[in-house]
Amino acid sequence: MADKILKKLNIKVWRQKNAAGKGRFETYTIENISTGTSFLEMMDILNNKLIEKGIDPIAFDHDCREGICGTCSLYINGHPHGPDTEVTTCQLHMRKFKEGETITVEPWRAAAFPVIKDLIVDRSAFDKILQAGGFISVNTGGVPDANVIPVAYEDAEEAMDAAACIGCGACVAACKNSSAMLFVSAKVSHLAKLPQGKVEAKKRANNMVAKMDELGFGGCTNTGDCEAECPKSISITNIARLNREYIVSCLSK
Amino acid sequence: MSILNSKTPEGLLTEKWSRHKAGIKVVSPANKRKLEVIVVGTGLGGASAAASLAELGYKVKSFCYQDSPRRAHSIAAQGGINAAKNYPNDNDSVFRLFYDTIKGGDYRAREANVYRLAEVSPNIIDQCVAQGVPFGREYGGLLANRSFGGVLVSRTFYARGQTGQQLLIGAYQALNRQISMGNVEMYSRYEMLDVVIIDGKARGIIARDLVTGKIKRFGAHAVVVATGGYGNVFFLSTNAMGSNGSAAWQCYKKGAFMANPCFVQIHPTCIPVHGEQQSKLTLMSESLRNDGRVWVPKKKEDAVKLQKGQIGPNDIPDEDRDFYLERRYPSYGNLVPRDVASRAAKERCDAGFGVNSEGKAVFLDFKYAIERLGRNVIEARYGNLFQMYEKITDANPYVEPMMIYPAIHYSMGGTWVDYNLMTTIPGLYSIGEANFSDHGANRLGASALMQGLADGYFILPYTIGDYLADEIMTPKTDTNAPEFVEAEKAVINRLEKLFNIKGSKPVDYFHKKLGHIMWDYVGMSRNEEGLKKAIELIKEVREEFWKDVNIPGELNNLNPELEKAGRVADFFDIGELIAYDALDRNESCGGHFREESATEEGEAKRNDDKYTYVSCWEYKGEGQEPVLHKEDLVFENVKLSQRSYK
Repeated sequence: MADKILKKLNIKVWRQKNAAGKGRFETYTIENISTGTSFLEMMDILNNKLIEKGIDPIAFDHDCREGICGTCSLYINGHPHGPDTEVTTCQLHMRKFKEGETITVEPWRAAAFPVIKDLIVDRSAFDKILQAGGFISVNTGGVPDANVIPVAYEDAEEAMDAAACIGCGACVAACKNSSAMLFVSAKVSHLAKLPQGKVEAKKRANNMVAKMDELGFGGCTNTGDCEAECPKSISITNIARLNREYIVSCLSK
Repeated sequence: MSILNSKTPEGLLTEKWSRHKAGIKVVSPANKRKLEVIVVGTGLGGASAAASLAELGYKVKSFCYQDSPRRAHSIAAQGGINAAKNYPNDNDSVFRLFYDTIKGGDYRAREANVYRLAEVSPNIIDQCVAQGVPFGREYGGLLANRSFGGVLVSRTFYARGQTGQQLLIGAYQALNRQISMGNVEMYSRYEMLDVVIIDGKARGIIARDLVTGKIKRFGAHAVVVATGGYGNVFFLSTNAMGSNGSAAWQCYKKGAFMANPCFVQIHPTCIPVHGEQQSKLTLMSESLRNDGRVWVPKKKEDAVKLQKGQIGPNDIPDEDRDFYLERRYPSYGNLVPRDVASRAAKERCDAGFGVNSEGKAVFLDFKYAIERLGRNVIEARYGNLFQMYEKITDANPYVEPMMIYPAIHYSMGGTWVDYNLMTTIPGLYSIGEANFSDHGANRLGASALMQGLADGYFILPYTIGDYLADEIMTPKTDTNAPEFVEAEKAVINRLEKLFNIKGSKPVDYFHKKLGHIMWDYVGMSRNEEGLKKAIELIKEVREEFWKDVNIPGELNNLNPELEKAGRVADFFDIGELIAYDALDRNESCGGHFREESATEEGEAKRNDDKYTYVSCWEYKGEGQEPVLHKEDLVFENVKLSQRSYK
């Protein structure tokens, strides 16, 4: 448990000046990193070293650094959010790496998530999918007392399991088809599991799937990589539920 | 007589808000369509306000620096949201929530604002349930509640340890709906860099497109700042890396008063600092204090052995453990308010009883709760928090106690607002953590979420109408007006100035240095000498920064170092104002502890005769000392008493 010092690491990282630029890998070495340091703190240290050398620091997305905002997004050694399970990159710690290791860091790779700079990608497609129907159509005010409609404990728990999605995009990055099915299904399940959300469930599934297809995400072929790589362990049973809602929606047209 | 008019309505406390609503103006639907409102920030306050205003028919422009509005730092709030629902039948009421909040804030908040907050709190829960927020429930299908620090009832609603996330997603979904309907124009990855004032009124903002680096002008009939707190002045805090005080600071420089900046909350249960490579601190929810017991060893020699790693916590028998919160505060025990718990931890650690290698940690132990309730129950309640703790520290809290230490968390101080949430600049509003209004000198747990949503869903949408009703004949703001041109020029000049310094040290170097000064002299314990020293030291670092900072990259491209530099430049000024304010307030109240003002037992001692006021600071220009105005606080419904949790 006590922290050790990793004397030397090689960081092989994707550099790309802007959306139009052609990217390439660069390798930098970094020394004396504590195993108790987080991966992004290691990146901060590397960046400050690059600045000292007059090299443009590596741009990467990050914000809360406690695993909940969904901003951080690195593809590390072939895994979204790196080799640890059930964590985001900001909670990944250097104790998961070995002395002298070469660590490969890439951006999410998906047509629907174009690179903006270095490791930063544009995930606004996720917002657009949710804008297509990922809500319950109520205005502020004029709603009934919160306890008027009881919700079965299990339903509330399952809704919460799905609602735990942080919208990071790891599912898309992990999928060989760049499918957004896990993301979409999490929102559809979250709302369909609650009586308040059932009213619009069919329309919601239909509109969100149509938007997902329009934005260039691939289809689902049930390989399950999304579930395996999801930092919040969102289950692919949500995809089954989405398919059900979607079929019901199509049949009832 | 103060120049500040809080516009607090007359009449009985219980009738103020109803009377006020009845008295203020309303804008017709046809006119709302012609009125534009800018909302900066998309946390609980900003997202709920933008959505609610758009639903009413106003044309809204919403801004956030993140890549999506869903990522604002409200998302990281863990434990819960308070509301006076009295569902558990434990004699809660609007008055009790009001009273607890006033007392918890150490009698430094405005009665009328706090009462209104308590009054609208039940509506928030109704609203969130209607939006699909999956709150925790009992087996009968009704909503569950838990307890939080500083209160004796269970009024906290929660969605596991992710309440902030779920509430924010609720507000974000409402915002998304309005975006899809064309009522809100969303600007993600935009940072507000100035507010534009025309004829004394806020009429727009200057913002930087963080992807292209372009500076752009945006006009409106009113501007709402919902940009959160300034805790990152301290470098290490529980705030997000991007959280900053710059939007509020630009408003201050344009004439909006800053109120009570020295009231900063230090949260008792954070994962301790682990070394110099650390970038931020992680909070462990206050809800853990429902079932965790806080202790350090009774014997100094045990503490020394723990510090050296020679023994573990489980080697110390129960009789040798000092449950110091239960000992000092028997009636509230582990659930004392945050300021009290933080100071008590510091006191034990300063006395040499700290339990980690640096001597700056105490234990939060679940052994007793696991024995009483079983591991399954604890796992169901806090599973995700335990998992997070283990991922960060590599220690298993089911087997050995967590180590925790206080850290900077929340800003009670902020932009001064009147009862309508308007700042001293007409047409400029401040909501949520960005304003000062409801939490006095200390915020109770689970009240930040309540305030953000109260402001955004149920208060601002009413009060902004009172101002906008007089603006219905005002045409769309012309962003080619000289005021916009001038503001834009000033923003560009400042960025160029920063960028062209081309010194030798990165921004983080200066930010860390500032953070150390703030933590050492303006942190949990303050005194006159230290505060004066801090003001001098901040001046030195600021000077060094403006001479020697090195910002790489390009001005007109995505440039995180440039963004950081602008924010840190403002943090120097904010830190300085915090120190000025702390120096003026020679009393201890809430999160503000002046060593000169303590009881014999070392508890905080308020001085109501001299300091029952809100400190409101006015900007007087670069290099000038700010001027203090006072809004006297009048208490008609609670009796001021020395706060006791014993």
